[in-house]
Amino acid sequence: MAKVIVVTSGKGGVGKTTTSASFSSGLALRGNRTVVIDFDVGLRNLDLIMGCERRVVYDIINVINNEISLKQALIKDKNCDNLYILPASQTRDKDALSLDGVERILNELKETFDFIVCDSPAGIESGAFTAMYFADEALIVTNPEVSSVRDSDRILGILAAKSKRAVDGLDPVKEHLLITRYDPKRVEAGEMLSLTDIQEILRIPLIGVIPESESVLQASNAGTPAIHLEKSNVAEAYRDVVGRFMGEENLPIRFTTVEKKSFLQRLLGGR
Amino acid sequence: MARVEPAFKLKTANLSVFVLHINTTDMAQLKQELDERYRKTQGFFSNSPVVLDLSAIATCEATPDFSDLLSFMLDHGMRASGVIGGSDKQRSAAARSGLGLFTDPAFRSTVKPAPLPIASNENPAQESEPRKEGHSKSAAEKPVADKKIVADKKEEETQSGNSHFPGQSTGPAQPVFEPGSVSSTSMLIDKPVRTGQRIYAKGASLVVLAAVNAGSELIADGDIHIYAPLRGRAIAGANGNEKARIFTSLLEAELISIAGCFKVFENGIPENLRGKPVQAFLDGPNLVIRPLQD
Repeated sequence: MAKVIVVTSGKGGVGKTTTSASFSSGLALRGNRTVVIDFDVGLRNLDLIMGCERRVVYDIINVINNEISLKQALIKDKNCDNLYILPASQTRDKDALSLDGVERILNELKETFDFIVCDSPAGIESGAFTAMYFADEALIVTNPEVSSVRDSDRILGILAAKSKRAVDGLDPVKEHLLITRYDPKRVEAGEMLSLTDIQEILRIPLIGVIPESESVLQASNAGTPAIHLEKSNVAEAYRDVVGRFMGEENLPIRFTTVEKKSFLQRLLGGR
Repeated sequence: MARVEPAFKLKTANLSVFVLHINTTDMAQLKQELDERYRKTQGFFSNSPVVLDLSAIATCEATPDFSDLLSFMLDHGMRASGVIGGSDKQRSAAARSGLGLFTDPAFRSTVKPAPLPIASNENPAQESEPRKEGHSKSAAEKPVADKKIVADKKEEETQSGNSHFPGQSTGPAQPVFEPGSVSSTSMLIDKPVRTGQRIYAKGASLVVLAAVNAGSELIADGDIHIYAPLRGRAIAGANGNEKARIFTSLLEAELISIAGCFKVFENGIPENLRGKPVQAFLDGPNLVIRPLQD
C-alpha cells in the first residue's frame, strides 16, 4: 500500500524543500518507486533543488484542471531511476489546489508508486493544509530555535485535529521530528535550543538530526539534492533518516556533538 | 374535487419557555431583584412568554398580586403567560389575572415545600434561570473576554498583581454558585495540547495528562488539573466559580485565571514556585499560587 508522507513545518526557510528532495531521493535510491510533489503553488522551488527546472512543461494545476494526463506532468529525476517529480505551478495561486483534485491525483499515483512525498509550503493556510490533509505520515522539520519549534507545535495540533485521518477517525498521522540546521557548537554555547529542549516541547519521536552545513546551499544552487553529496555529514544524516524511516532501528543519531578536529584536519583546514 | 383544508388544526408541541421560579411572596423584594438583574439587559426577553413556578411558595399563606407583577414583568420584556405549582388559592388568583394554569407540571412532578423563610432569603428571587443565562452569557462572552485581557492587562497590572477580567467583575450580574455544582463531571485530555489549540470543559473540570504548550489555552468551568508542565494559559472557574482551583506539576504558564481573576508572569515564574508542583486558588480577591509541598 502506497504511503503519503508530508514534509511540513509551519515556519518558512527551515529546510522543507531540501528535506523533501533528499528524503525522496533516499527512498528512491533504496529501490522504492517514489514521487515527490511540490505543493508550493506560486513559489515553486522543488524543481530548482532537484535540478529539473528547465524540464517543467506542465504542472500539478494542469493535472487538477484535467488539461493533461498525470503522466505528462511527471518529470523523471536525473539522479535516481525510481524517482519522479510533480512540479507546482509558478503562475497560479494556492486556491487552484482543490482537495478533490489532489485526492484524485494521489489515488492515481498510489497505483504506481510506493511512496508519495508532499513538499508543503510554509504557513498554515490552504496550501499547507492541502499538502497535509491526505498524509499517512508526517516529517515535521524544525530548526533549533523557539519560533520554529512553536510553529511546528501548531502544525502538529492541526495534523492531529484536521487531517483526513483525524476527520475520518482513522489511526492518527504518524509524526516524525526532523531537526535541521543543528549546530552542536552553538547549542553548547547556549545560543540554540538543544535536542532535548525541542523534544521536551514537541514530544514526538525523533527521526533524525541534520547538521548545519555550508554544503547544503552549494548543493541547492547546483540543483543536486544534498543526499547525493560526497563525504558530507548532511548526506549521511539524510541517509540515516531514510534508514530509520524504513525501519532500521539501530541507527544512532549522529552529528549532535562537537567533533574535535584532529591535528591533521586542522592543518589542512578541511570541513 | 380537492378536499378543503380545515381552518385550523389543534396539535400539541413541546416548546422551551423561560420559567421564573418565585422563591418569595415579598413582591417588593422580588421586583427589586428582578429590576437589578434585568434592567441592563432590556432586549434579553423581547416579549418571550414566561411561566411562573410557584412551587417554592405553595405552602405560604400569602398570594402574590399577580396583575401588578404581570405589568412589572412586561416592563422588562417578560410576558407572563401561566403558572406551575402553587397552592389552590394562588392558582385561582393567577387565573383571575389572566394567567394560564399548567395542570400537569411534567418537569416538576413533586411540589417542593417552601424551604426558605420569607424575609431572610439569601438567594436571588429567581434561582435556576438566571444561572442558566449566566452560563450561556459567559460562554458567549469568552472570546471577547480574552481579547479584553490583552487590552486591559497593562493598566490593571500596575495596580496590583491581581486583576479581574472586565465584564466578569462581582456584582448583581454574577451568577450564584453552590459548592460542587460544576465539579460533578470532568474532561480528560491525554495528548499534548499544542499552540493554537483551545480546550473548553463546559460545566466540568479538566484533567490533562500531557504537556500544555505555550500558545495554547485551557478553559474549564470547574478545576484544572495538569499532570505535566503548564506552559500555555489556564482559565479555571470560567463561568465565575470562585472555588475553582488550578493544579499543575510544573508551572511555566503564560497566564492563569480563576473566576476572572488572572495573573501573568511577565518577569518569569517566582523563585519559590519554579520547577515545583503548584496549585492556584482564590483567597478573597487575590489569586494565590502556592507550592503543593513546602
